[in-house]
This record gives sequence, structure tokens and C-alpha cells, in this order.
Amino acid sequence: MPVQDFEQLFQQKIDAEDKIEPKDWMPDAYRKTNIRQISQHAHSEIVGMLPEGNWISRAPSLKRKAILIAKVQDEAGHGLYLYSAAETLGMSREEMINDLHSGKAKYSSIFNYPSLTWADMGAIGWLVDGAAILNQVMLCRTSYGPYARAMVRICKEESFHQRQGFETLLVLSRGTDEQKAMCQDSINRWWWPSLMMFGPKDSESTNSDQSMKWKIKRKTNDELRQNFIDMIAEQIKVLGMTLPDDKLKWNEERKHYDFGEIDWDEFWSVVKGNGPCNKQRLAARRKAHEEGQWVREAAMAFAEKRKLKTKAA
Amino acid sequence: MTHTFIKKLYYGDIPEEKGGGSNYQTKDDSTTWPLWEVFIRSKQGLDHKHAGSLHAADAQMAIENARDVYTRRMEGVSIWVVESKYINASNPEEAGELYEPAIDKIYRHPTFYQLPDEVNHM
Repeated sequence: MPVQDFEQLFQQKIDAEDKIEPKDWMPDAYRKTNIRQISQHAHSEIVGMLPEGNWISRAPSLKRKAILIAKVQDEAGHGLYLYSAAETLGMSREEMINDLHSGKAKYSSIFNYPSLTWADMGAIGWLVDGAAILNQVMLCRTSYGPYARAMVRICKEESFHQRQGFETLLVLSRGTDEQKAMCQDSINRWWWPSLMMFGPKDSESTNSDQSMKWKIKRKTNDELRQNFIDMIAEQIKVLGMTLPDDKLKWNEERKHYDFGEIDWDEFWSVVKGNGPCNKQRLAARRKAHEEGQWVREAAMAFAEKRKLKTKAA
Repeated sequence: MTHTFIKKLYYGDIPEEKGGGSNYQTKDDSTTWPLWEVFIRSKQGLDHKHAGSLHAADAQMAIENARDVYTRRMEGVSIWVVESKYINASNPEEAGELYEPAIDKIYRHPTFYQLPDEVNHM
């Protein structure tokens, strides 16, 4: 069968909402795009543990500490589900980790911002996880089976992340003047970077159709970003706080909130490695990997030894 | 049909040429832990169901890791692990030969038989 026929069959499957599974024929570009997207998503989960890990030892109560540990542990798990999904496409775990450590593969730029106060644990849960969830809910229906299954599992676990974040801010918003100020400051710092998580404006992207046609993605950056803004603009009223955008205003005609211009220079600068914490984040990942090497080797040596013993016995 | 490389930038999908990068190389691990498939029984009386996969040095570590990764919210009461290399799978290209013979045998389904209404619950 000529390649065109394979491609046609492949597209028919996608159009019929059939999932693509690891051993099925797929176009190289579909495989490549999925590997890139899934592995970068996995890296985001793993690097995303760092800003929060920063506050585990300084959480204000035992309850908050337990919650934060559970959340960070979830993120490690989410990274693993995603790495496994990417591995089914033929890239080894080692290769992916190496690409992260060399800076070749990216992770969500949001994690290159520092977590300066306890309120940031709330803002990250509410805004950052909130933005991520919008993407992830969409991805539950992505066309590649292992990715879709990983996303379903992740979405189930992730909803607690956003709720605990909002609740953390809610407590602060009803606290002392100092706590209220901390809450507002944190929202101010995380708002714009959260909007950047959805990527550049649709009008500035080229070749955007293919991902949609293959149903890897089902909504555009701007659609998702608008959903997010509409949702948060309502929720912030409950906190009695404000979003740092004086252009934010309900547009009755559009039935959406209008909002101000995002600083795209900042976005690209952070993507290129010049954000406040890029170097720190990568250094932390490399260190963890390098210092864990002897453990990985020892575990393998122990397993080999035990295998020999069982054989001998 | 030609495929253009996708430049659109969604969350978690940043193209390499815009990302900078360095020559850092992870030191080669002399050993890579093998891949395991994990099956979880969610409660007594139900089948073990494929949950996902993970890397571990041996079976015991695979079970312990599976506990941490796949049963954090009481999703399971029993875990099976098997090294992925021992799994044999049918080939999608043979799907026709394998499954089509069942398509025209509708008499294997109870709904094939029309019975009078008086015969309830058969």
C-alpha cells in the first residue's frame, strides 16, 4: 500500500474519533509532534515540583504541609504517566531526561518564576493549575490513546490542586491586613505569567491546522485563554481581590471579558532561558539526576545479584 | 498530502529552535532499569486491569513504585507487575483476519432471537 493510502486511512480513523494506539501506523510528523508535546508536558510536571517543594519545609501548619507534599507527589506521578506515554512512541526515558537537562526540550515557562511567599502556593494552585487543567481537560480527548488515558488519570487528581489553591488564598483573603496584602501581591505576580501559559496569540502562529486536524489539540490558544480569563474574573470576586489589568472588563456583545495586552517580549525571553529561575531549575534537576546515579546503579546491581542467587538455589 | 512541521505553540509544546539550549550531556547511566507493566485490581471480585507502566530494578521495586504511583487514592487492593518485554501483542495490521470473522455471526448474540412477549426474562 502506498504511503498516501496509509495517511488517508489514518485520517479516516481520526475523523471517526478512533484513538491511535502505539503499534498502529502513524505519520512521522504525528509521532514527532506527540513525542515533543508529551515529553515537554512531562518535564513541566517534574520541574513544576520545584517552586512548591520550596515551601514544604515552611508550610504554616501540619495540615498545609501534608497537602503540599501530596500535591508535589501527584506531580511526580503525573510526570511518570506522561513519560510512559511518550515512551510508547519510541523515545527512551533517558533520552528525554537528557533533552531536558541540556535545555533542548522545554517545560512550561511558568515554572521559571520564583515562589516568594506562602500565598504563592495558593496562586500557583488556583491560577497555574487552573490554566493547566483547561488544557488537560481538552487533552483527555486527544487522538493518541496513551496520552488521552494519562490525561484522564491526571485530571481526576488535579482538581484537588486547584481547589486547595483557591482555599489557601481564601483563608488569606479573610485574614490580617498583612495576609490580605500578601494574597493580592501573589495574584499580581502570577496573573500575567498564567495567561502566557496558553502560548502566543492564534494570529501569530503558522501551520496551526495540523494539530487540530489530527485532533492532538481541539481548542486554540486564544479560545482556552479566553475561557480561563472568563472563569478567573468571576472567581476573584469571591476573594475580594483584583486582577492586575485595568483593561479587564465584561464585554456584553462578545459575552466575554476583554483584557489587556500580554508582554510577549517577556514570554520569549523566559522561553529562551532568561527568566528569573531558568538556571536554578535546570541546575536542581541535573543535580538530582547526577546524585541519584549511584542509587540507580546500586539497585540494579542488587537486583542482578538476587537473580543469580534465586537461580543458584 | 504533505506535512509541515507544526510551529504553533501550545502549552507544553515549545519548538526546539526557539528554546536556546546548551551542550550539557547527562552522564551515561551504565544501567537502565527495565520497563514494567502494572495491573491493578481495584477491589476484590474484579479483574486486574492495566494501569500503566514504570521503570524499576526488580519486581519488588516495581510493586512498591506501582503502589506509590497508581494507588495513592485507594485505587487498588492488589498489584500485578510484569516486565514489558514478556508481553506479546497482536499486530494491528492483522486485525482484519483476527476479528472480522466474528462480524457476520450475529446469531451469537441473544438479541438475534425474536421471542413472544410472554417469554419474559430469557
